[in-house]
Amino acid sequence: MADITPRKTDIGPPHYGQFLPPVIAANYGKWKYHEIPRPGVLVHTAESGDKLYTVRAASPRLLSVQTIRDFCDLADKYCDGYLRFTSRHNIEFLLTDPSRIDPLIADLAAAGFPVGGIGNALSNIVHTQGWIHCHSAATDASGIVKALMDELIGHFTSTDLPGKLRIALACCVNMCGAVHCSDIAILGIHRRPPKIQHDRLPKVCEVPTVIASCPTAAISPVRKEGRETVEVTEDLCMFCGNCYTVCPAMPLNDPLNDGLSIWVGGKVSNARSEPAFSKLAIPFLPNNPPRWPEVVEAVKKLVEVWAAHAKPYERMGEWIERIGWPRFFRLTGIPFTKQHIDDFRHAETTFKRSVHLKG
Amino acid sequence: MPDDPRPTPKLDELEKGPWPSFVKELKRAADRNPMSEQLIGVLELSYEDRVGHWKHGGVVGVRGYGAGVIGRYSDVPEQFPEVAQFHTMRVNHPAGWFYTTDALRRVCDIWEKHGSGLTNLHGATGDIILLGTKTESLEPAFAELTANGFDLGGSGSVVRTPSCCVGPARCEWACFDTLALTYDLTQHYQDEIHRPSLPYKFKIKASGCPNDCVAAIARADLSIIGTWRGPIGVDHEAVAAYAEGGLDVQADVVDRCPSKCMDWDGRRLEIDNSSCAKCMHCINAMPKALRPGPERGACILIGGKAPIVSGAMLSAVLVPFMTIEPPYTELKALIGRILEVWGDEGKNRERVGEFIQRVGLGNFLEAVGLEPDPEMVRHPRENPYVFYEEYFEDEPK
Repeated sequence: MADITPRKTDIGPPHYGQFLPPVIAANYGKWKYHEIPRPGVLVHTAESGDKLYTVRAASPRLLSVQTIRDFCDLADKYCDGYLRFTSRHNIEFLLTDPSRIDPLIADLAAAGFPVGGIGNALSNIVHTQGWIHCHSAATDASGIVKALMDELIGHFTSTDLPGKLRIALACCVNMCGAVHCSDIAILGIHRRPPKIQHDRLPKVCEVPTVIASCPTAAISPVRKEGRETVEVTEDLCMFCGNCYTVCPAMPLNDPLNDGLSIWVGGKVSNARSEPAFSKLAIPFLPNNPPRWPEVVEAVKKLVEVWAAHAKPYERMGEWIERIGWPRFFRLTGIPFTKQHIDDFRHAETTFKRSVHLKG
Repeated sequence: MPDDPRPTPKLDELEKGPWPSFVKELKRAADRNPMSEQLIGVLELSYEDRVGHWKHGGVVGVRGYGAGVIGRYSDVPEQFPEVAQFHTMRVNHPAGWFYTTDALRRVCDIWEKHGSGLTNLHGATGDIILLGTKTESLEPAFAELTANGFDLGGSGSVVRTPSCCVGPARCEWACFDTLALTYDLTQHYQDEIHRPSLPYKFKIKASGCPNDCVAAIARADLSIIGTWRGPIGVDHEAVAAYAEGGLDVQADVVDRCPSKCMDWDGRRLEIDNSSCAKCMHCINAMPKALRPGPERGACILIGGKAPIVSGAMLSAVLVPFMTIEPPYTELKALIGRILEVWGDEGKNRERVGEFIQRVGLGNFLEAVGLEPDPEMVRHPRENPYVFYEEYFEDEPK
């Protein structure tokens, strides 16, 4: 029997207008300037003279409904029931009474949520699902972020850095976290070609689709024990996982070979220099839960060297551009290897073709 | 709840330390929900053997939609039967990620009732991520979401939920109303968000100024980034106040200008606006003194993406300047032509940036009805192998 229950579909999201605090509704599009009176706090002044105070708090991104309700309780207590989230997973409390900032920050601290991430600071680490929920993850995401931010929290709660510091983590090269344009990017990588399940592949995958998925044409059709399946020319495999995305019978996950790489110098903002991709700093670090000490130490070192040498406003990539890559590798003590030299599409555009050498 | 939960020594380690702990969140959810309790077990197992335990997705969703639900199955279902199915629902977020506590609590109540009680605020595309439920709960959760004014987002080969920066709601630099545009586009493309009809995903992001706080140029196939025409607004007294307050205007503002279009004599800042690249640095450094110019709109860029399939790309200039006002006729017509051309000609799993790489930007411009403009390139071609579609023939004698 046909289901005749009336169903609402394609209604889209609620209109944002109903979620704007009155001070924002009254001054929408009429903000004049802003200041950062203290770390983690913004004050926006409108043309009307109205002031809006924003308190930005950290979040682990993975939130239980109980903790969201705790945030709601704080927003009810201090912000007349309004709050927002940022593009980097922070929570923002919007106030009109500056005398309530200190008690709010105290309540947040008591609940374990530090305030910061504004101005010349480290903001929250944009990251992906990792082992919590993803099938193609080469590593966990939340665990590394937690271990790293435990060490770097001082740069979140202060504004002691030369410029903005944006760190992102993606648990595989699908890069749901857009790590490819971050000051420091932590990227989970596979290093072993797919282990083809020949008994399963003909049942769950389309062979032509699998062949077409490979950016280096490493996959070809083959007949094995009467079954139409595929084989991989392993010398051509760069472990991108495209074949696995279209064919579950070609898993790449492999605890012996999976690990992490570190990339530096990318940005998305147009301020000063143009947006840029991050470049490879460390090709491989081991996957070492629960606290990934090798990754934490490597990233801390990069932050410290940049903070010690960069001029005001210089992002990681702008600093490296000024001093040159050879000096970057010397200052950080990172060995420069074969893996640092690109060999994919457009690789030749990255070769040095002059004798402008800073040494 | 089991009386004796499995020990999780590795994850327990991540409850320590000053940064907010996701393990505490998992355990809070587990207090009330057996799915979350077993999720902790699966994750501890991953921490022990250093490999994920989720299988490739499956076709699962709500009736009439082909997107918005990510099917997820455990590869250790006997050990953890409560999370044998652990599907994610993506939910269209309100533009700018503003909420009332009332609305957010309703989402929490729905997910406590129909899911794991775990969320991401927010996912990489911007959606509310409701993490983990069973197939049988999808339809009831969807019914309650829509009854409360929320709808699913996109997944797979669809237009994904557009997202935007805080815009004019709380930023003096917004060169157009990012929230109004994002809400309008999200509503306009509901069918394209929910029912796969494209070669691959298509992401739209709107940033109100060149600071690009939602990373539109890196993360969106169609990047709408605010910019302006005309001179930067200068309050000379406020500039002087910054200088008196200790800002080194010469070193930190003038010398950092990429266009070298500023002069500072210690008293007065002069800007050669004809050379200004509109990068935002000087405005960022002195927000009380400088502001974007008077004629405001956006640059439309195309093709940004992460590495999959054939390498990462930043979006490239498609329309150097467009006024962004409701009903957004010009922008929607352009997006419509892009979706049509790429939808017809794009190969399976070929993002629009890769499509343009294959057919050439010049041909793509012709197909979508745009004129070539020198602002679209860093420089004209250096390569002399030039295509011409037609040539003259000798007159027949």
